[in-house]
This record gives sequence, structure tokens and C-alpha cells, in this order.
Amino acid sequence: MTLGGLLSAPPTIVAAGVDVFSDALRAQGADVHDVDWRPPGFGDPADLAALALDPRRNAANRVAVERILAAGSQLVDVRPAREVIGLPDRTLLHSGPPLTWETASGPMRGALIGACLFEGWATDVEDAERILAAGEIALDPCHHHRTVGPMAGVTSPSMWLWCLKDPVHGGQAFCNLNEGLGKVLRMGAFNEEVQARLAWMRSVLGPILQKAVRGSIDAGNDPLDVKSVLAQMLQMGDEGHNRNRAGSLMTLRELSPSIVAVEGVPSADIAAVLTFIGGNEHFFLNLGMPTAKLAMDAARDVPGSTMVTVLSRNGTEFGIRTAGTGDRWFTGPANTPVGLFLGDYGPDDANPDIGDSAIMEAYGVGGFSMAAAPAIVRFVGGSVPDALATTERMYQVTLAENPAMAIPIMGFRGSPTGIDVLKVARTGWLPQINTGMAGRIAGTGQVGAGLVQPPQECFEKALAALAEETRSA
Amino acid sequence: MSVSPPPGAPSVTSGVRSVALRSGVYADSVKLMQVSRDVAATDGVTAVLVAMATPLNLELAANMGLAPEEPTSPEQLLIAVHAEDDDALAGALAAVDAALAARERSSGSAQAIPQRTIGAGLAELDGDGPALAIVSVPGQYAVAEAADAIAAGRSVLVFSDGVPVEHEVALKRAAHEAGVLVMGPDCGTAIVSGVALGFANVVRPGPVGLVAASGTGAQQISCLLDMAGVGVSHVLGVGGRDLSEAVGGLATLDALAALDADEATERVLVVSKPPAPPVARAVEEFGAGLSVPVRSAVLSPETPDLTAAVEGLLTDMGRDVPAWPSRPGPAESAAPGAVLKGLYSGGTLADETMLLAAPVLGDIRSNTPLEPELDLGTDLSASGHVVIDFGDDALTVGRAHPMIDPTLRLEALAALAASGEPAVLLMDVVLGHGADPDPAGALVPALTTARSQASLPVVIALIGTEGDPQGWSRQADALAAAGAAVFASNAAATRYALDLLGASA
Repeated sequence: MTLGGLLSAPPTIVAAGVDVFSDALRAQGADVHDVDWRPPGFGDPADLAALALDPRRNAANRVAVERILAAGSQLVDVRPAREVIGLPDRTLLHSGPPLTWETASGPMRGALIGACLFEGWATDVEDAERILAAGEIALDPCHHHRTVGPMAGVTSPSMWLWCLKDPVHGGQAFCNLNEGLGKVLRMGAFNEEVQARLAWMRSVLGPILQKAVRGSIDAGNDPLDVKSVLAQMLQMGDEGHNRNRAGSLMTLRELSPSIVAVEGVPSADIAAVLTFIGGNEHFFLNLGMPTAKLAMDAARDVPGSTMVTVLSRNGTEFGIRTAGTGDRWFTGPANTPVGLFLGDYGPDDANPDIGDSAIMEAYGVGGFSMAAAPAIVRFVGGSVPDALATTERMYQVTLAENPAMAIPIMGFRGSPTGIDVLKVARTGWLPQINTGMAGRIAGTGQVGAGLVQPPQECFEKALAALAEETRSA
Repeated sequence: MSVSPPPGAPSVTSGVRSVALRSGVYADSVKLMQVSRDVAATDGVTAVLVAMATPLNLELAANMGLAPEEPTSPEQLLIAVHAEDDDALAGALAAVDAALAARERSSGSAQAIPQRTIGAGLAELDGDGPALAIVSVPGQYAVAEAADAIAAGRSVLVFSDGVPVEHEVALKRAAHEAGVLVMGPDCGTAIVSGVALGFANVVRPGPVGLVAASGTGAQQISCLLDMAGVGVSHVLGVGGRDLSEAVGGLATLDALAALDADEATERVLVVSKPPAPPVARAVEEFGAGLSVPVRSAVLSPETPDLTAAVEGLLTDMGRDVPAWPSRPGPAESAAPGAVLKGLYSGGTLADETMLLAAPVLGDIRSNTPLEPELDLGTDLSASGHVVIDFGDDALTVGRAHPMIDPTLRLEALAALAASGEPAVLLMDVVLGHGADPDPAGALVPALTTARSQASLPVVIALIGTEGDPQGWSRQADALAAAGAAVFASNAAATRYALDLLGASA
């Protein structure tokens, strides 16, 4: 045993705790690095110790992270939710952890109302509210169906879904099509304009995208490698959550030839589809989210792992899941984002945090890759150094660097990937999430965009549950 | 451009408005939202929208009663302001221009984000030279930091006390698996390749490696070796509980294996307070199987004292045993019926003294007794033969170790002098890194006062080297001048005290 070469030369010392020992070492000319240790941000010390000492933890976290890093993402189809995930009539998926009509926030209610109208289950808004309040419509989280939805995430049987496949682990993940900005269903708007757009997406956009995606694959082309688009975006000033400009344009570039090649539809429809995609800077988000979902699902169910697999919000509660605790949700009241507002909307108009899109942060992009898109940090008056600092902090709460997601300004260091509940507790640094803001009142739509963090409570509950699992293992 | 509100504008009913379009200007939406927010905060401004003229933004402008009347294209910049009066409007438009022209306030590099954990600190090290983690955070949090080091394939020295023994076992098992060493917990002394950690002396480099479940024991031995002209390669502290039944010598065995593989180490000495006998045997058997010769300096009623262990090692090495330095005190004898009062800062030295003295004096009471029925508890002023370890955890809660803070020991000394009980006083004074920079400076006045009050012969075991910051001879001379008899060997000091008491060991 050579103790890793410890005795071969005077050691470099990393010290945590009182500085008298470091001072004495420095006086001897030793190479000493003090860490800025603080008491943990939360967590029972006995729980922290139990997890730190769990002999399964390091190996389990390595397995979880390796699965994330290995996962790929291919666009293989576009199909209605009814077909692809067997979504029955009178069932609506929503973002975040489970909720009821009674606990749903304004934008979530608005989106649910809008979906009931869209599916023809209700004749008007009052009717929709009545059947939702009466429990006639089943509500279930997207995450329970290998699906993710931005903001309210409301997905109804006749909505079209992107169908993505992980060629490495064989997983599948789904997400609806992005409607654009402003008054949109996912932000809780449901008026005629919203209904008309959803109808057009159902009758024109969805079928054309399906034909284009299938046509390209049938012609012998490789499926669109969505992970590769996400990786390129980070080189182009996007972080993949609040900023998807480059990704949306690249996707348009990739899909255009096969869209144009779709036969049997009016050229005006083709033009409308291309215009719609080209005019929507967040078009890619609905492809990025299932890409992250594929990777995080690959890391589900790794006993002993303290890694977060889901970050998600339903507008009322924030929920997380970990690899070591199966499909349990750990929830707390969602915070309200801080940021900039559209038009004359202000902080009072914003709803608490909402959407499955924080799956991007769970994967290590979005707020974790803030350094790739310093524009985003300006939502809260931050500067370029603040963006870099955010990513630096996130490296200390994650388990790995994702070499596929390189951040140029960090010297092409991989994005900080795989949130570790134990590290979050020890540093007291909560994950950074970049997000849109929906209007608090049903029907409003988007009011702004900004930054938010999960409530600490989610991580406190997850930590206690992981420690309990460790003790019984 | 200032115009009156058009008829039917929804939300603007008084004041003045300006709606302008600019071409050839582009700023991203975040920047423009910031500009809008900043200008909206100006006095007299009731509504502002500075945005690219996209359909969404035109709709927002219309909702605010600020829709442009002329045709627009999305490449144009819309600057729409409503203000209370013309002055406010002019000010707002100037503010828009200023905000659009403003640069980011900084474009420097990342602010330094400190590493919060040992794991993050080790990850930042570049190069693959040897690295060692040191943990001195509160005991309940030490485990996670130590586990970080093990996970990173680095050895760790845990100063922290208060770590549960089952956590110590778990850490040491994990370290063994990872091929690294956990020194401690509650490990106050180590020297790794000449780097002294915690309480350690300035000793010459040389061929002897120490494995120490005892801090002051390791200091006594390394100082005597230095005085004999023999240096140490490394002193690997393993924590006072390592040779207990519960821990089973986990770190001691790994440290022995590491010293066996170390080129600089030719001889090894294992030093410990009295260990669990089966563990002591296991360590002895393991040592016997190594290529490097291993000698024991493990204290017990049957084994030689630390000084004798050093002398045995010197003989093994073919070296002469020197006359250990001392400063004889004044010729004085103890009062009739005098008892031994040992006031120690080093636990192992206190144990050694009790082991040497008990066979000739009989029962010695202590806060760290050899036998449980001799436990003093917290009554440090008991009569009869008493040896107290002021470095014991129970006496250091909330205060510095007596090697740094002499207060408690000086109080006990004053109480002893005032008690009138005839006694011989035996003390240790430990020098080196981390210790009081001038222990004699505090002790000499206290000794002088005590000796003026009562007939109190004083014997001091002065543990240190000439190379220590305090200097052995300087301290010895000062203590001797105050009337103390000073010895470099604790065993020699103890024997001298016993002679004064008319007993001999």
C-alpha cells in the first residue's frame, strides 16, 4: 500500500476548518489550500453522515451519471398523444408533481380549460370549469408518462407529440409542439386565438411534421440527432432553456428539406409551417426537454444514488425525484421567479414557478450552463461575471461534467451535470433555474421571464428519505 | 415626436405619448426589457415599451395604448413612451437613448467562487503530486469532508473530535478499500515528508517511521530520536481509538503497510496508549510479517516506557544511547507524607507516568485512570496521588488544548499550593508547532508563587527539540531558574519525582 503516493514528497494540503492549522503549515512553507467551509445549509447531521458513509453511494452515483452522459436523443416520429402514449379521452397531462383542480394555479387552470375546449369536452369556459371542478377530467403528471411539457405542460389526446428515442438505452420520451410566445395555452391563455392556433397545429403542423420526419427516415437519412443540436447551441450563445434561438434555427435548417418535400399538401401550408417555426425562438425547447428526459430517465432507479432525476413544477408546488428513491416526489411550495416583464406587466402579475422545463437544469444545461448564455443573467440585472459565477457554483453541486455539452467561455469545460442532493445540502447552494413567467390569472399568457430556485424543502425531504433508505439498505 | 392620444386609445387618457420606430437598430429582447424597466422607473413616466416590432410586441403596445399608427416590420425598434407631461417625456426619451447606448457594466472574468467542501477543493488541484486533506470542522460534519477525500483517492487527517466510533470504522474501511489512510479522528500530530501537521516538533529527517495512536507519545519519541541524532521519515497519527477493540487497528495496519513500502523508512515504531490486547497482538503479528523491522512502543504494565522503547530502537540500529538532556533542580526533598500530583497536557505521557508510578505508589486517581474505580470524574482537587490529563476531551470542550491555553493547569497549580497537602508536582511542557510560543513565560511566575507558598518540589518533562520555535534549552533554562528539575524524558522525570517521594521504580 502506498497511500496513493502520499509519502513520496511533501504533500499539497487542502484544509477545511479552523485556520490556525493552515497558518502553521504556511509558516513551514507548505502548499496549503483552504476551502471556504460552512456548516451545511440544511439536513440532520446524522442523515448527512449516513449518506456520506453509504458504501454504495459513489458507485451508484457513478452509474447514474454514466447513464446520463451515454444517453443519446434521436427524433424518430411525430404522433398524436392518443396514439403514442395511449392517452385516453377525458384525461389531461400537466407539468410538475401531481395536483388537483382545487390546488391548480391560474395559468394551470387556464391551460386545463383551454384543453377541454380544444378537445370539445366543454362548450364554453364555464362548462370547462364545471367538469374540471367535478373531477370529470382525469389529471396526471406528464412525468408519469415519459412525457415533459413546458410551463403548464397540458397535453391532451389529440395534441401532437415529438417522439424521441435514446439509441443507447432504448428509452423513449415525448413532448408536445411549441406554440410560440405570448398568448399561448402553456402560459394559461385559452382564447379564440389560442384555440385557432392549436387547431392549426393539430390539422396542419402535426401531420406535416410527421410526414417530414418519417419521410426523411424512410429515405434512408439518419434521424435528427437532437443531442447534437443541443451541444451546438451551447457554442452559439444558447443555454437551452430560456434561450433557444440557435437551436430553433438549426432545427429549422435540419427539418426544412424534408418539410418542403412533403407531398399532397398545399404549398401555402408548407410555407405556413416554415414561417411558424422560423418565427418561434423557443421551437427547439420542446425537443431539448425530451432529450434531457431521455437522459434522466436512463438514470432512474439506482439504489444508493443521491442524484436528482427530475426537477419540475406545476405552478403550485415544486417537485423533485432522485435516482435512489424511485418514483417518489419530494415537494414544496413553488417560488415565484424574479426577472423582467413584458409590456407593463410587473411582479404582482407573475405566477409561481411552473413547468417540466427544469428538466434542462436537471440535465445540466439551462441555468447550470448560464455561462454559455450570459444574456440570460441580465434578467435579474446580473453581468457576465455573474453568469460565470452561477455555472461555477453549479459545478460544486453536481457529480460530473458532461463532455458533450461544452461551454466555450469556461474553456470548453463540460456543463455541470447530475445534481447531488448531498452536495446541495452541504454547500447550501440551490439549483439555478432559468424560466419563463406565466400570468397569475388564468387566460393572461406570458408576462415575463427570469430566474428562480427550487424551495429548499424539496431537498430537505429528499435528503431525509435517502438517509432513511440508506439505513434500511 | 410628441402626439396627442388618438381617439379610443384604451389605457392612456391624459398626459403625452410618443411612439417612434427606428430602423437599423437591433438589441436583444433581454436588453430591451431592461431598458423598458429602467425608463419606466423614471419620474413622470406612466408606461414604456422599448421592443423590436414583432407581432407579439405590437399587441403588448396596443394593450398599453401605445400602438404605432404607421406600418411596421419586425426589424424595426419600437420606442413607445407615455408620460405625465412634455418634460417627463423628453427625459424618458433621453433615458431610452442613454440606456440603449450603455455598455454592460462589467465584462471581467468570473468572480472567485470559493470551494465549499474538501471534494471541491481537491477537484481544483492540478498536478498529480501527493495531496492530503485536513479536516478540523465540528465533529458532526467531519465525516462528509473526510469521505470526500477518500472518494478522491486522497488520504485525510481528521483533527475533529466528537466523531462517533462507528463513523470512524466506516471511514477507515472505505479508506482501506480506496488504498488511502484516515489519520484520526481526534488526531493532533503527524509529520508527512517533513511537513508537520498540528502539534508536532521540528525534528530532523531520517529513517524511522512512526505510527502513532498517541499525539504526545509521538512527540516524545520523535524528540528523543532527534536528540540522539536520528531523524524520522514520517509520523502517521491514527487517532487515539485506533487500537481499541471497536476500530481494531484499521489505520495502524494500513499505515504500517505504507511505511513498509516507503523507501525513506528503514525502521518503524508503533506508539500507543494502552491498547485492547487482541488488537495489540494483531498489530504485532502484522508488523512481524513486514520487511521493515517494526518495534512496539505501546504502553502497558508489562512493556517498557517510551524512553526505553527509543533506547531499544537505537540499540537495534547500532547507535549509542545518549545521556538524555536534563536540568537538575535544587537539592530538595519532599515533605513527610508527600503525594504525587501530576498535571499533564499529554494523555499518553500521563498514562506513562501512572504506569511507572502505580507499582511503587499504589492507587493513583485520575480523570483518565488506569482502572475505572480510580476515576476522579470532575473533582480535580482530590487528595492523595493524582494524575490529571488536562488534554482530555472532557476538559477541552469549548476551550483550547492546554498546550495552547494554560489557564486550567495554572488554576490547578495555585489550588495545589493553597491546599497545604504536601506534594511533589510533576508536569509536562510540550513544545513545537501549534504549541504555546513561550510556555515557560506563563509557567515561571505561577511556579514561583506556588513555591513561595508551600514546599513544593517541581519536576518537569520538557518535550521538544532545539529546532522547535521555542527552543528546548531556552525553555529548560527558564524553568530550571524557577526551581524546577527539567528532563527531556518523561520517564526520567517520573522516576526523579518518585525518588523525591522516597519511592523508586
